[in-house]
Amino acid sequence: MQDEQDRLVAAVAADPRYEALVARRSRLGWTLSAVIFIAFVGYLLLIAFRPALLATPVGTGITSLGIPLGLGLILLAIALTGFYVRQANRHHDAQMAAIIRDHGA
Amino acid sequence: MKALLAAWALLLPTPAFAAALEGEVQRQPINWVAIAMFVAFVGLTLWITKAAAARTRTASEFYTAGGGITGFQNGLAMAGDYMSAASFLGISAQIFTDGYDGLIYSTGFLVGWPILLFLMAERLRNLGRYTFADVASYRFAQPPVRSFAAVSTLLVVSFYLVAQMVGAGQLIKLLFGLPYAAAVVIVGGLMMLYVLFGGMRATTWVQIIKAVLLLGGASFMAVMVLAQAGFSLETLFARAVEVKTQAALATGASADQAAQQGRAIMAPGGFIKDPVSAISFGLALMLGTAGLPHILMRFFTVPDAKEARKSVLWATGWIGYFYILTFIIGFGAILLVGTNAAYLDGQGALRGGGNMAAIHLAHAIGGNAFLGFISAVAFATILAVVAGLTLSAASAVSHDLYATVLRHGQASSADELRVSRITTLALGALAVLLGLVFEKQNVAFMVSLAFALAASGNFPVLILSLLWSGCTTRGAAWGGTIGLLTAFVLTLLSPAVWTTTFGLGDAPFPYSSAAIVSVPAGFLAIWLISLVDRSPRAAIDKAGYPAQRVRAETGIGAFAASDH
Repeated sequence: MQDEQDRLVAAVAADPRYEALVARRSRLGWTLSAVIFIAFVGYLLLIAFRPALLATPVGTGITSLGIPLGLGLILLAIALTGFYVRQANRHHDAQMAAIIRDHGA
Repeated sequence: MKALLAAWALLLPTPAFAAALEGEVQRQPINWVAIAMFVAFVGLTLWITKAAAARTRTASEFYTAGGGITGFQNGLAMAGDYMSAASFLGISAQIFTDGYDGLIYSTGFLVGWPILLFLMAERLRNLGRYTFADVASYRFAQPPVRSFAAVSTLLVVSFYLVAQMVGAGQLIKLLFGLPYAAAVVIVGGLMMLYVLFGGMRATTWVQIIKAVLLLGGASFMAVMVLAQAGFSLETLFARAVEVKTQAALATGASADQAAQQGRAIMAPGGFIKDPVSAISFGLALMLGTAGLPHILMRFFTVPDAKEARKSVLWATGWIGYFYILTFIIGFGAILLVGTNAAYLDGQGALRGGGNMAAIHLAHAIGGNAFLGFISAVAFATILAVVAGLTLSAASAVSHDLYATVLRHGQASSADELRVSRITTLALGALAVLLGLVFEKQNVAFMVSLAFALAASGNFPVLILSLLWSGCTTRGAAWGGTIGLLTAFVLTLLSPAVWTTTFGLGDAPFPYSSAAIVSVPAGFLAIWLISLVDRSPRAAIDKAGYPAQRVRAETGIGAFAASDH
C-alpha cells in the first residue's frame, strides 16, 4: 500500500502534464491572491490618503463613492472565490484525475 | 425532543409577561422572551450533542466528526465559527456612530478567506488529518514543529477565548439581566458539554444552527430597514444623513457645520489614524484569518479537497452577505434607534452602552419578541465561537503535544480521546476563571492580538512549509516562534495595551497592529534560519519536499473519510 503510493507519487511527479497543471493552477492561485491583496491594500491607501475622493457623491445623490467601492470589495472577494472553484471543478480536477489514472491508480 | 416541547411551552405565554415588565424602571430587567428562546436553542443543541455523543467514540470522530461533513455544511459552520457577537454588535454599533468606518472593518475580516482558498485550502485538506500542525510538520522532525504549532494554537485560542468570555459576560448581563459571573459560568459550562460529549460533530451543528439563526435574524432586520426606506439604499443613506444633521443642529452647530457632520457618515473618518496602522491592521486581519487554528481545523471535517474548496466558497458567501446586512442594520439603527428617545439616555447616548445599536433596532422592528430572539442569537453566537476555539485547543494538546510529541505517535485513539477530554475540562475551567478575572479589564485588543499572532506565526510557517522546498525543521520551529514573539512583544508595546490598558503613557510602538513588522519578521526568520541550517535533519527536510508537493497537489494518500 505504502510502496504502491510511493510509486504512484514518483510516476506522477515525473509526468510533464502534472508539472504543467500544477504550474497553471498555482499561477491562477497567486494571480487571484494578488488581485484581492492589491484591491484591499489599494482601498486602505485610498482611505488613508484620498478620503475626500471616497466622500465624493456618486452622480447627483448622497451615496458616496466609498460605498460602492467597499461593498464592491466584498462582492469581489465572493466572485473571485467562485471563479477559482469553478475553474477547479471544470478543469483542474478532471485533468488531475486523468493524470493519476494514467499511472494506474 | 421533550426539551424542545418544554421550551416551546415556556415560550408561548411569555410576550405578555415581558410586556408587563416593560413599565418597570429597572435598567436591565430579566428578558423572559430572550431566556425562553435561549433555552430552546440550548435544548436543541444539547439534544444534538446527545445524539453526537453516541458516535463520538474515537479520536477521529472527536476531532473531525469522522470527516463526513459536506462542503455546504462546513461552509455554514465556518461562517458560524467566524461571525462573532462582537462583529455583529460591534460593527453595526460602529456604523451607528461613525457611519462608513464600519464597512472598513468588514472588508478586512472578509478578504482573508479568498487567500485561504487560493493558496491553502486544497493543500491543507490533502496533507492534514486532525490539526493544522499535521500539515505544518508534514516533512519535518515532529517534536519541534508540533510543539511550536501547539503553543501557537494555545496562545491564539487563549486570547480569543478571553475576549469572547468577557464579551459574553457583559453582553448577557446586559441582554438577559443575569449577573456577570452567572453568564460566564453558563457559557463555560455549556461549551464544555458540547465539546466534551459531542466533539466536532456537536460543535459543527451548534455552529450551523447559530449561523442560520444569525443570518435569518439579520436578514429580517435588513429587509425591515430597507422597507422603511422604500427599498432604496440612496433613501436610507439620505435619511441617515438627515438624522445626523439634525442631531448636530440640536447641539448648537451652525447649519454648515451640521450639514458637514451629517455628510461625514458617508466617508471614512476616525478609523484611519495613520496609513501605517491601517495597512498593518489590514494585514493582521487578512493573513490572520488564514492562520486561525479553529478555522484551519474545519478543513479536516470534509471528505476531500473538492469539498474543502466548496466550504470556503460558502463561508465567503455567507460572511460577505452577513457584513452587507450589518452595514444596512447599522444605518437602520441611525434612522430608527437614534431618533427614538426610548433608546437613548439623557445625554443622547445609547441606553445599555455603545454596542446596543442592533439590539435596540431589533426592538424597534419587532418588539419584545424579536428583541428576545436577537438576544438569544447573540448568546448562541458566543457559544458556537467558544466551542470551536476550545475544540481546536484541546486537539492541539492531545493530538500534537500528547500523541505525537510525548508518545511519538504510539498513543491509542482511546488515550488521545481521554487526553482531549481532560484538556477540554481544564480549558473550560480556565476560560471561566480568566473571564471572571478580566471582568473589569479592557480586552478589546485581545482579538486583534490573536489575529496578529496567527498572521505572524502560523501563516508564514504554513505557507513556507507548503510552498518552499528550502524550508527546514529549524526554520519552521524557530522562525515561527520569532514571528509569534515579535507580534506578542510589539502588541504589548502598542497604544491599545501600553497606553489604554496599562496607562503607561506614550506607547513605544506607535501603530495599532504589530502585523506590518511581525509578519515580515516571521517570514524572514524562517527563510534565514532555513538558509543557514546545515544540520543533517535539514537535508532530510529538503529531500522530503518533492513527495510532499505531489501529495499536496494531487491528494494521493490523503486521509479519506473512511480511514479517519
